[in-house]
Amino acid sequence: MADVFIVGIGIHPFGRTEGLSGLQQGAFAIAQALAEVGLEWRDLQFGFGGSDSAGGADTIVNEMGLTGIPIINVRNGCATGGSSLIGAWQGIASGQYDLGVAFGYDKHPRGAFNAMPAEYSLPDWYGEVGMMVTTQFFAMKLQRYMAQHGITPTALGRVAQKAFDNGVHAPHAWRRSPVDLETILNSQMISDPLTKYMFCSPAEGGVALILASEKKARELGRADIRIKAAVTRTRPAGSFEVFSPSLSIERGGAPTLLASAAAYEMAGIGPEDIDVAQLQDTESGAEIMHMAENGFCKDGEQEEWLAQGWSRIDGRLPINTDGGCLACGEPIGASGLRQVYENVVQLRGTGGGRQAPGDPRVGYTHVYGAPGISGVTILER
Amino acid sequence: MGQVVDIAEGLFVAEPRPALIGGRHRDTGEVRFPCPAGNPAYEPVVLPHRGRLWSWTVQRFRPKTPPYAGPADFTPFALGYVELPDAVIVEAPFVDVDFGALHIGMEMEMVLTPLATDEAGRSIRSFAFRPVEG
Repeated sequence: MADVFIVGIGIHPFGRTEGLSGLQQGAFAIAQALAEVGLEWRDLQFGFGGSDSAGGADTIVNEMGLTGIPIINVRNGCATGGSSLIGAWQGIASGQYDLGVAFGYDKHPRGAFNAMPAEYSLPDWYGEVGMMVTTQFFAMKLQRYMAQHGITPTALGRVAQKAFDNGVHAPHAWRRSPVDLETILNSQMISDPLTKYMFCSPAEGGVALILASEKKARELGRADIRIKAAVTRTRPAGSFEVFSPSLSIERGGAPTLLASAAAYEMAGIGPEDIDVAQLQDTESGAEIMHMAENGFCKDGEQEEWLAQGWSRIDGRLPINTDGGCLACGEPIGASGLRQVYENVVQLRGTGGGRQAPGDPRVGYTHVYGAPGISGVTILER
Repeated sequence: MGQVVDIAEGLFVAEPRPALIGGRHRDTGEVRFPCPAGNPAYEPVVLPHRGRLWSWTVQRFRPKTPPYAGPADFTPFALGYVELPDAVIVEAPFVDVDFGALHIGMEMEMVLTPLATDEAGRSIRSFAFRPVEG
């Protein structure tokens, strides 16, 4: 396939924005991305976009202009952003287009996501007895992983501490104040072993990426950040997912393992070649488990990684340099593209106080979510 | 004694010992819980009464209602997965348990337990697991 470049990026700050719909936050991000490249909305030939709870992306034309542009609506859970990026990438790589936009946005109500059993083809009793709670799943998956691989609560605390430290330097982050380790460990227990500060919150925000063919990118003087891989995968047999009344005794793989392997193969590189990574951190333990699932360390080594600070900005592999979901919150449709946005910032070297040292050249992103879907991208400068 | 009503039909048996009803795939032998409704490929099978703790957590805040139907006066409860030997790993609330004593691999047994009282004043009977004594 032909090379495709990310030539422009835009983001509406994550968190809570009264008075702006999710879609309008997406439009803000698109306008910012266009302005960065000196382009107009009418210059774009097509778009892929979506949200989970903030309406269809095609109505973005009401905000941006009625140019007749084709917009494909994407709604693919936590992989919505990644799927939009794949669509836009393929549109250009195929030779059909030279310039397009991938965008994602969302706006969720406060508090934990509330799910009803029937929406998941589950019997009513499952919710009546109190098991229709997503935080329980994260806690139980983690509790077993910690016992099997010797991960301590302190390591969970260090992940959150790092997130808030990094968020201080990310203008688009929601939580921008450091929180000390003791406060994190001693905050309200939500679902053992996870405390309040170890969970991300539903949030709002919008992200846009302008993609271009090599010819167009050179015209614009921006042929630097190249998409090497973008994949999504659904769950394999035996994976452990949210809202599972039973599991088979013979355990299987995980969607992240599939997506990660496919992305490395597509890019023709391995985890040792990655300079900076943005990993799904719905809660602290997710980042820890995903470090291993994406191939950056072996199960159990995360304890030492965190104690030594190897995943901090100045460590051997900076992870979640903008504070991840823990500091930014999780607007589902925008979250995966935020990770890609952050990697473009890092590869450009414009991260300011959160810039990874050493002139990073290869960036990796990973999302994971219900009901067992994962998306991975690899960018190269 | 008020009237007692089960939380769902075909979910568990009370005799000779409380046990869950799963579904066994007629061809592959794969066991699931609950037994998939309206799927002739699965036949109901009574699952083992006892098993070992596979993972756990504690629900510290009251889940949203609906769907939660437990008492309004909430007290945190433990829950988790229990591996039933040669059958399946099931998710269940726990009762009669010291949160601090929970550890993966401990032996657990199924019990029938009241969840709440419904609008008609009937006691809703549900299932849970508890540690096996000594």
